[in-house]
Amino acid sequence: MQPMGCRSLTDNLDNIYMLSVQMILVAIVVLSLSGLPGCLCSSRSMAGQRIAVFLMVLASLTGLGGIAVWLKQAAVSALSVPWFLPWGQFSVTVDAISIVFLVPVFVVPMLGAIYGLRYWRQSEHPENGRSLVIFYGLLAGAMALVVVAHDAVLFLIAWEMMAIAAFFASTAEHDYPDVCRAGWIYLIATHIGTLCLIAMFALWRHETGSFALASAQGVSTKFAGTLFVLSFIGFGFKAGVMPLHVWLPGAHANAPSHVSAVMSGVMLKMGVYGIVRMTALLPVTADWWGGAVLTVGAVTGVAGIAYAIGQNDIKRMLAYSSIENIGIIMIGLGLALLGRSHSRPIWVLLGLGGALLHVWNHSLFKSLLFFNAGAIIHACHTRNIDRMGGLAKQMPLLMLLFVIGAAAICALPPLNGFASEWLIYSGLFDALGLDGTAGFPAAAIAAVPLAMIGALAVACFVKMFGAVFLGAPRREMANHHGTLPAGMILPMAALALGCIGVGLFPMMTTTVLDNASKTWASLPGQTASIASAAPLKWITLMGLVLVAFIGLIAFALKKHTQTRIISKAGTWDCGYARPTARIQYTGSSFGQMLVRLFAFILWPKTARPTTGRLFPELAQFKSMVPDAILDRVVTPLFGVLGTYLPMLRVLQRGQTHLYVLYILVIVIILLIFSGIGV
Amino acid sequence: MTDTLIHVVLLITLPPLLPGVINKTKAWFAGRKGPSVLQLYYDLIKLMRKGMVISTTTTWIFIAGPIVTLAAVLLAGMLMPISGFKAPIAFAGDLILFAYLFGLARFFTTAAAMDTGSPFEGMGAAREVTFACLSEPALFFAFLVMAKLSGSLMLTCMLHTPAGGFSSAMVAPLILVSIGLFVVLLAESCRIPVDDPNTHLELTMIHEVMVLDHSGPLFGIILYSASMKLFVLGTILLHIVLPLQAETMWMNWPLFIVEIIGLAIVIGIVESIMARLRMCHIPGLLIAAMLFCGFGFILLMRYSQ
Repeated sequence: MQPMGCRSLTDNLDNIYMLSVQMILVAIVVLSLSGLPGCLCSSRSMAGQRIAVFLMVLASLTGLGGIAVWLKQAAVSALSVPWFLPWGQFSVTVDAISIVFLVPVFVVPMLGAIYGLRYWRQSEHPENGRSLVIFYGLLAGAMALVVVAHDAVLFLIAWEMMAIAAFFASTAEHDYPDVCRAGWIYLIATHIGTLCLIAMFALWRHETGSFALASAQGVSTKFAGTLFVLSFIGFGFKAGVMPLHVWLPGAHANAPSHVSAVMSGVMLKMGVYGIVRMTALLPVTADWWGGAVLTVGAVTGVAGIAYAIGQNDIKRMLAYSSIENIGIIMIGLGLALLGRSHSRPIWVLLGLGGALLHVWNHSLFKSLLFFNAGAIIHACHTRNIDRMGGLAKQMPLLMLLFVIGAAAICALPPLNGFASEWLIYSGLFDALGLDGTAGFPAAAIAAVPLAMIGALAVACFVKMFGAVFLGAPRREMANHHGTLPAGMILPMAALALGCIGVGLFPMMTTTVLDNASKTWASLPGQTASIASAAPLKWITLMGLVLVAFIGLIAFALKKHTQTRIISKAGTWDCGYARPTARIQYTGSSFGQMLVRLFAFILWPKTARPTTGRLFPELAQFKSMVPDAILDRVVTPLFGVLGTYLPMLRVLQRGQTHLYVLYILVIVIILLIFSGIGV
Repeated sequence: MTDTLIHVVLLITLPPLLPGVINKTKAWFAGRKGPSVLQLYYDLIKLMRKGMVISTTTTWIFIAGPIVTLAAVLLAGMLMPISGFKAPIAFAGDLILFAYLFGLARFFTTAAAMDTGSPFEGMGAAREVTFACLSEPALFFAFLVMAKLSGSLMLTCMLHTPAGGFSSAMVAPLILVSIGLFVVLLAESCRIPVDDPNTHLELTMIHEVMVLDHSGPLFGIILYSASMKLFVLGTILLHIVLPLQAETMWMNWPLFIVEIIGLAIVIGIVESIMARLRMCHIPGLLIAAMLFCGFGFILLMRYSQ
């Protein structure tokens, strides 16, 4: 009786996992098509958008239900169906790594859709509301398909769907030239990345003999290295690794805020997923893989946040800060790769665990901040933080949510950013070789840029917080809505609760992260889990103690001042007779010292007024930090290409027989070459 | 248990003594009589009795600033071991929490300064966050050195002198690190040559200018947490500079008190014989501190190969 009972139990489990894969697939289909029913409704009504949001919520909850089974126990469940294409097959696999990335895919777009119902009402945007809804859903569905695809062809199809959907969703307001330009840059950048991926998968097919994304531990070292470099560049374009980030700030800044949230919170992570997936399949033997990823991560992190400080467009700041967070994730991933090549399971656990937890955390707080930015832009009708100020008095709830998001992204305890960075730090310090084992001290030095990133992030977000919410309004609000609609507040509140929850109880995430680490690499002697490698329960305890301290001091102060006289007066103006709101420190002046300190990376541009005469005329001072790579490398390069490549147009005559002649010539040349070869 | 109790009592009661000792030293150098060493205690008592004036521009962030700062510094003080005793709270990786607690304090202090809308306070906040970006890396280089030396990620183990004392090869890195940490200490607790707590010109101040608008009990909390920060960072430095241990364990407590007062006198001497640096030269000083700690790390790696 016993064996049979066991078997039926495993059968049942298999069935459950199969069911969950099917639920995820249903979710993908419904998400992708959620915008279509809206085509039957009037473009000026809200009906289409409401139906789409309803379908998205339904699909995402189905998907999350499918994921729920995996949170306790890891398994690999596959499903494959033959299809009509000559290559590849429709084959999907869900494993622990996919699960980690599926969670944000199902959570953030769903909340964004609910937020969009208020933020981007179709009835107010009849010209683009419908297409935005369609491509928004398609973007979410395509991202989920990317994560589960088990076949290179299917993966590339999903990848391309995602890229195109993101292009159309982010260029919703394509009447503005800025939006158009950012969209084109994005489209070019993403396709250069895809080209690398096509080359990579062609090589993959050549080496492994199939398009299946199955473990390829037998690949020779040389080919593994080539595959790794190609995939790192290809996926690096999507993730926004410096210097491949050029498309990112513009595209994020010009998209509608809920699309920015999805692009920044989830779509960038698809690039991270690609790198994690490919490194899981390939044999990692050389140190330079991890070393390269670690170095690129540190540079990306510091430069990303330094650029963020130089901006005064709220969404560009957030976009550059996403680059910084990708840098942090890369630092963790680089450490994990070194753990593979050095056979140190603890580096894999802490590095990859920290990186993957940061993927979750970043999707939580960055979406929160982008939603917040959308609400701010709604109220102020500008993206320039130097023209805002004093929003706290009008929108206290929005400010509270912003403080939570900003403190979390600065990795301040007791919020979630701290938990993931703490794991990465622990791993980096372990690379010193603490318990007498041979370490890799060069990797440990990455703790220093990580600390610098932390301090710079505080500077960046205090600048944003101060300029937007604090002080007095720098100009009259054109049209401020007294209260924000609940439809915009609720998604933000959900994300903020997520930040607090993960920050206080990071233990909850360890099972998933452990399973993902085991799926990513199985090293000899790898039995420990993250919970045993790093005492996460202390994070919980310390978080609670900190909250208790703050509460106690606040309570004591309140009691103490109850009987004291508390009077209100204007801010101390140092005796100046007529202070105005315009003399406040702006965001630009706040960041000016740091911009000057990092001028060697940022290349800031300033236009100084010349005041020569005795009675100077009205003068203007301008300072800005444009993207140095885009401005000084990419744009000139494409300018040169644009000048010389048209010379090739002589070949393009538009006459069919000429093209047939070209084919003939090339075939003859190839024949000659093969003749020489033989 | 008794040790924990003594730790907490010292952490809570001793810090206001340090600015008093520094000021007495400076007065002595200038040939003045100077205020009593207990002056900050008197000031705190006076401030706690007063009412408050709160700017109409501000929000709850203005009040949260001092509260969160005090809570963060207090928790950091619990993570820090004193002399040869174990810290009240110790776990592997507490050094990172220690560093980030100061980040939390900085976030809320500078946000409270921005909350007033005063250009001077914005100036102070900008300087505070800028200089922290340079002192933080120096601190982490020092942490790397200490972690490598002790083989531990727990502040208590990292800072305690190993049983046989440091080997002579470790002296050079430790000297470099202590110079770097001393500069970090001066910068983080806003002393000369980075910041002058006695200046009266808002344009040249860092820490004092951020708290211009706080008054009464809130200002008292700010002064108190500033002195506690000096105490905590000073104790960390003492572990490295003076790794002394008394014969009997309880003798370490009075020894520590003598040491920390000695450190305050040294800071007072530095303040008496130096002028405040021009604002544009401070990054240079902090980068030098980072390089000291960084070269300490490189030397250590060379020796431990």
